[in-house]
Formats: sequence, C-alpha cells, structure tokens
Amino acid sequence: MIWGVLQFPGSCDERDALHACGQLGEARLVWHEDGELGGGVDGVVVPGGFSYGDYLRAGAIARFSPAMEAVAALAADGGPVLGICNGFQVLCEAGLLPGALLRNEDLRFVHRQVDLLDAEGASLSIPVKHGEGRYWAPDDVLDELERNGRVAYRYAPGQNPNGSARDIAGVANETGNVLGLMPHPEHAVDPLTGSTDGLHIFRRLERVLA
Amino acid sequence: MTAELSPHRALGLTDSEYELIVEKLGREPNGVELAMFSLLWSEHCAYKHSKKLLRKLPTEGERVVMGPGENAGAVDVGSGYAVAFKVESHNHPSAVEPFEGAATGVGGILRDVFALGARPIAILDSLRFGELDSERSRYLLDGAVRGIGHYGNSIGVATVGGEIYFEEPYEHNCLVNAMCVGIARQEDMVRAAAAGVGNAVVLMGASTGRDGIGGASVLASAELGEGDDSKRPTVQIGDPFEESKVLECCLELLGKGLLVSLQDLGAAGLTSSAGEMASAGGVGIDLDVARVPLREPDMEPFEIMVSESQERMLAVVEPARVAEVAALFEKWQTGCAQIGEITDSGLVRVLRDDEVVGEMPVDVLVDGCPLYDLEPSEPTEWPYGNRASLDPEANGEEALLALLSSPSIASKRWVFEQYDSVVGSRTVRRPESADAAVLQLPESGNAIAVSIDGNGRRVACDPHAGTIEAVLECAQNLACVGAEPLGLTNCLNFGNPEKPTPAWQLDSAVTALAQACEALGVPVVGGNVSLYNEGPDGPIYPTPVVGMVGELPDAAKTAGSGFAREGDAIGLIGPFEPNLAGSELAKLRGELGMGLPEPDVAAVAAACSVVRFAVREGRLASAHDVSDGGLAVALAESAIGSGIGFQVDLQPLRERGCAPEEALFGEGAGGFLVSGEAAVLEELGATLLGTTGGGTIEIAAGDRSFSLGLETAAEAWRSLAERQAAPTT
Repeated sequence: MIWGVLQFPGSCDERDALHACGQLGEARLVWHEDGELGGGVDGVVVPGGFSYGDYLRAGAIARFSPAMEAVAALAADGGPVLGICNGFQVLCEAGLLPGALLRNEDLRFVHRQVDLLDAEGASLSIPVKHGEGRYWAPDDVLDELERNGRVAYRYAPGQNPNGSARDIAGVANETGNVLGLMPHPEHAVDPLTGSTDGLHIFRRLERVLA
Repeated sequence: MTAELSPHRALGLTDSEYELIVEKLGREPNGVELAMFSLLWSEHCAYKHSKKLLRKLPTEGERVVMGPGENAGAVDVGSGYAVAFKVESHNHPSAVEPFEGAATGVGGILRDVFALGARPIAILDSLRFGELDSERSRYLLDGAVRGIGHYGNSIGVATVGGEIYFEEPYEHNCLVNAMCVGIARQEDMVRAAAAGVGNAVVLMGASTGRDGIGGASVLASAELGEGDDSKRPTVQIGDPFEESKVLECCLELLGKGLLVSLQDLGAAGLTSSAGEMASAGGVGIDLDVARVPLREPDMEPFEIMVSESQERMLAVVEPARVAEVAALFEKWQTGCAQIGEITDSGLVRVLRDDEVVGEMPVDVLVDGCPLYDLEPSEPTEWPYGNRASLDPEANGEEALLALLSSPSIASKRWVFEQYDSVVGSRTVRRPESADAAVLQLPESGNAIAVSIDGNGRRVACDPHAGTIEAVLECAQNLACVGAEPLGLTNCLNFGNPEKPTPAWQLDSAVTALAQACEALGVPVVGGNVSLYNEGPDGPIYPTPVVGMVGELPDAAKTAGSGFAREGDAIGLIGPFEPNLAGSELAKLRGELGMGLPEPDVAAVAAACSVVRFAVREGRLASAHDVSDGGLAVALAESAIGSGIGFQVDLQPLRERGCAPEEALFGEGAGGFLVSGEAAVLEELGATLLGTTGGGTIEIAAGDRSFSLGLETAAEAWRSLAERQAAPTT
C-alpha cells in the first residue's frame, strides 16, 4: 500500500510518520497546497505538529487546505485516513470525526508514555505529547460512539493524561476507515526509541483496504 | 537614567570608548552610528572583558569541522555528516519576562544551528533559579519551562535533556542557557562570512518591529536592579511557527546550493549580523533600511538597525539566484527582501533610499572595541551567604531524604514532561533514563550522546577545581552511555567583570576549562559569555555551563542509570575521593566555604575509558555518575529509577579514610556507580559494595548505617511537582 503523509507549514511529525509508514509499505509527502493526493496513494496520515502555528484553534486553518479536500474525498470513498494528534484535531475540525480536542485539564503540555487499550482490551504502549488533547463531545454523541464500537482507543485506567471524556484517546468514523487519536503511533515503531506497538495502529488501517 | 546623562553613557558606552570612536571616525558619530556602536561595542557583542581569556581555550582537533567564530561549532560524525552545536544564554531577558525570554532563547540557538545548514535535532537547557521556597523563583521556573516547551514543542525539535539548580544567589538573576544540536551534510554547510562584491544581501523571515531594541546593551550588558519591569519592552517576542517556516526554507535553499553565506539575526539585530558578516569576509556592505519590511511604518533608521525582532536571517545571494530564492520563500509563505549588497568599500553604509544615514569602517565598528584586562582578586572569605535547613544532628536516613527532596536533586519529571523529547525519531535515551541523552543518527549509522553540566556552587567554592569538575562530569555522563567526547561548547555565566571577585572567578574558571579540555583532548568549538549577572544582593554563583557531544558506534549498546536486574553486583569505578566541601549536604547545613580538592583529570579520563568500553561491549547492566549528594544519592537514584532496591556496605571507602558521612554524601569527580556480574566488575577494577534486589535501601556506613523503604525514598525524590505549585501568571 502507498501512504501519503500531509505536510502543512508547522507540521512537526511528518518525517516520523513517513518513516513509520515506510516500514509497512511505500510512503510519500503530500504538500498542503496540492488538491490531489497523487497517483497511487491508497491511504493518508494527517500528522502531528502545529499546522499554521495553531494560533487560532488547533487544526482550524489546516482543515481548509486544498489537500484536506482530497483527504475528505478519499475518506468518502472508504480509503484509510489516520489523524495523529494535530491530525486528529484537523479531522475533527473538518467534520470527518465527531467531537473536539480542548486544552488539557491542567493547562500544560504533557509528554509521557501511556498505555492504550483497544476495543478488544489489548494494551499498547505509545507516547502522548500535546497541549490540547482533552477529547470532548456531547454525552449523546459519546453514548453513540460507545454503542457502535467507535471508541477505538482509551487510556488505561488511571493514565488519562489530559482529562479526556471517558478516557477516550481515539475515535473512528461510522465506517471505520477514518481514525483519529492523540497518542503518537509513529513514535512507537522502533524498539530502540520506545516500543513497536504503534505498528498495530497503522496495520489496523491497512486492513481497511483488504 | 537621568536627563543630563550624555547619549553615549545612556547607551552603555564609557567616555573613553566614545572618545575612541570619535578619534577613529575623525568626527562625532550621528545618532544611527552611535546606536550601532553602542551595541557592537557592548560586552555582549564585543566580549571586551573575556576575549583575551578565551584565547586560552583549545579549539582544534581532528574532528572539528567548524570552530569558534561561526554561528555554531561542528564536528565530523562520519559518512560525510557533521553534528553542529552551541549553547547560549538568555539570562537577563528571562529574569525580566521568563516565558518570552526562555522561548526566544531557544529560538535564537536554533537559528545559530540551522544558519550553518544543520537540521536541529535536539535541545538541552541549563537553568538556575533562587531557592524554590521563593515565590519569584517558582514564577520564573514556571515561565521559563513553559517558554522552552512552547518554542521547542511547536517547532518540532526534541528537548532531550538539561539540568536545573536552585540556589539563593540566582534569586534576582536567573540563568537560562539553551543548547541546540543539529545534523548536516557537510557539503551543504555554509559559513557566515560575506563574499562576492556585487552579491545581494537578503533579509529573510519575519518583519522588523520595535521589539527588543537595545537588548544587547541595556539588558544583557548591565546588572539587573530594581524596577526592571520597565525593561520588558527590550525583551523579544517569539513566534515558533515563523521560525519553523524559515528553518525549512533555509535548509531547502542550502540543500540546493542557493546561498553564498547565511547568518542569523540575534542580539543587536541587523547591526551585528551585517557587521560580522562583512568583517569575517573582509568586505563592505550597503544596507537600505527603506527596503526592510516593517511591522510599523514610521520606524527610524536606528530602530531598524538595532531591532531584535525574532525569526530573521540574513543571507548573501548571487544576483542571478535571487529570483529562485524568492520563489522558495513564496512556497514557505515567509518574508524575503533584498535590502542591500556586498561592496569593496570596507564600510558598513546605512542608507534610507538614496540618503546615507550612517557610514562606518567595518574594522572600527566590528573589531575596534578596546579589550580590557581583568583585575582579579581572590576573596579572603566565602563571598556568599549560608543558610542552614537541615539539623546537624540528622541521621543517615534523614539526611538522604533531605537530599533527595532538595529541589536541585529531586526528579525533574514535572519539567521534562512538558517537553517533547521524541520528535524526530532519534531519542534512544530519554530524560532520566540515563546520564546523557542518546540520539541515533541513521544518516551516518552511529549515534551521539549529549550532556550539559555546571554546578555553580562548587565553582563558587573553587573556580578552578569546580570548573574542571564540570568538564569531567560531562565526560563521565557520556562514558556512562558508551560515548567518547568529540567537542565541547560552553556558556560562561558570571557577575560583573569590573569587580575583583567575579573577575577572579572568571579568570580562574577559563584557565581551568582550558586545562581540562587540553588534558581530555576535547576541543572547544563554540560558546557564549554572559557577564554582569548580578542582583541587588551581589553576583550569581560563577556558572560555567559545559555542553558536550560524544559519539558511540551503536545506539543499541548504551547503559541506563537505573539498576537493571535483581541480584547484580554493585561496584564503584574511578578515582572517587568523597569530600563534604561544597557538597549539597554542606549547603543544607549552611557550612559552605572556600576550597575543593583538585581533581586528578588523567585518572578520571582513564576511568571514563574503562566504563565507556565496558558499556559498548554490553558488560555493564547500569552506569551512573556519582554527583550531587554523593554515593548515597547516586545509589538511591539508580534504585528508584528501576524500582529495584539494594544492600551495600561502604566499608571499602571507610578503609580509604572516609568518615561515614563522607562515604555517604561526599562529592567529587571521578566516581562511577555500576552494576552487573560480580566477576565482570572485578575484572574492570571496581570496588564491590553490595548487591541489587528487594524493596529497600540498606546502607552500612558505621554509625550512619540505615535501612529505608524504596517507596519512601521515591516519594521524597518525586516531591518537586507539589513544591512547585506555581502561579500560572
């Protein structure tokens, strides 16, 4: 599979995402001004960072970029889309995922290794690093997400780093091909730098194509 | 400032310096020229009290790619790649406005590194504040940490290490030193020297505003006093997003070979960048202030020339390439304006359209500042205070808990959790997991280790021995992860050099730094000097901060600082002779005074080599440098880090003549606390002290023996967050 990794001015983790995707298949950068993803791109990562500085509201400007129109089209066609951290914020701003990411409860940036639990209860060790990662949605939306198995990842009990509602770390769209999460799976693909548990999350999206 | 003060004095120039300017120009300088002279002839830019001393430092070595005089130093790491690095202070701005001061300190050092074509990959910070029970210290700590995180996190460069000390003499004048490390393909690197008469001078990045006017002279080259809030407008405001675009753009330009030379705009803004580029290249330069993109339309020429607005770079470009350069700036949506050209006049000429508003010979402006000799005098008694906070009758357990919870020793997790230490996918050893940060370099197939150190209190006790210890501690930290030093950068933070005691401290420290570097064979490839660090109560502790970069062949072969397994032997390697003079315990007891034992540099270097090779061969389960708080604290740290307790007997140290308390808490250079198989440790010449295992800390040391639950020790060590409880404004 060929991954496209979006690059906005102010992206930080696009090279890391490229490196992670490169371990699974082919990967290339997609410039934010490009209205098309380019030939052969099967899936997209919207990476972490501070797109356009995030001075207005995280992800609020990036969602209007030409590349995001292409991402929305890919998502509508059932193609895999992974939003990581700032990418998750962008997908929420773009309406591809429900809810919003608010300032962390203690108003500080937090970086630490956390354990995530997937829907089957498997545990993944992956780092978080963000200042605006507190997942929020109205209660009825949260209920619906839980009912339909769309809460893709939760922080393990006692490890919620930001005050996210119901310990939610990541959510999927109705069809399961769009996934957003605050933790950084691209920083968990090498045993030397932490863990390789992040690969599970990329593979989950690869399976969308299968 | 009083009304009758003459303009040159108000700008920080002495009468004799002013007379020299008049003599060399053959006339009185006009307002624009005076403003420019006042900055380039300031201590901050001209190093007028330190330049003669700095000539003592060894700067050459086989691996040196760029040395002092460039934006940053660089060393060869093989396969055609170099690692660039530098440490710089942003002390006075941070003391006045900690968030922006620290943030722009990071922004400035990043620019120094990418100015020579290196992609920044790591940031380290060395911070000093007053005692944590002071509200001002908590405010400064909180602001500085948020500022460093804001800039580093937002621009996507990992903050991988650092150190923080809390000492009364930093109460008014905190220290914020930031170090950046970058990696470059050697063929893409450029120097700062301007070249090519007729080439275009291009100002890139942010527009120019009124922020930071006079920062180098008014703020950085004078003592802090009461009412410094009024200096806030001299502090710059940072914009990491702008810098991220400028960074990517500059690296892309250099990768395509489109720039002749590149220089960042830091202290003294356009004045120093243009002046230094011209001086280094032996050329003249014409600048037209009317072509500088401004934030405010009515800025005066002198304001444009001295503004310290952030996120700006100055480049020399061949005329035929200007359009190509401008197109890349268009792509990255940041500014680019051709503001002048290189000439053969030997002059810095400032124009406003066709009108010449300033004209000075480069050699007078940049290199004409008189250099001063220090008048050092050794103080006859301890020149700082003593404040006891620990009962002199405290037993071993009470002393250890007091040391572990002492803010300078306690875990800095509260701080480093506010920093992204993993972006870039290079960080093999994160903060607190080892004595030095380890970064893998896929480009050259090896790895580097980085450490930053400098215990000002020990330098205050003995500027010579204390400075040697700072260099040795860095080298020891690198050895613990299997790395060999390649080069060193330093930031010399001292008080007013015109006073005898700070002059003596500076003179002794630089002499010691030179000796230690010579003895270890480590070249000094760059650095920075920050003087006049004083508050109303006197000077700071003399604080030479040393940053060292080392190389290791295999990122997978490093050691952590925490014990790795139950049942390992614990040993001590190196010429460690614990002594309570200048120690953390002596501080807590209010017993500080002059004098430290002189470290044996050759013996420490030999021990570093033993540990380095043992780590590279995977023969040690853990390695930790014995530092603040002595052996007992080092043992506790290794245990807390892994959750594995230990039992040791310090009898072997007592047999060498140490009193129980010295063996437990004495400090000094040269000690490595290691764990592993007993036979291996013996083969390495280690003194065996005990074994790892269990959930307690058990130390036999004569009448100071004790046993303590590991959890109790961990709780004391992790108490910083609650004690910080910082105000958020």
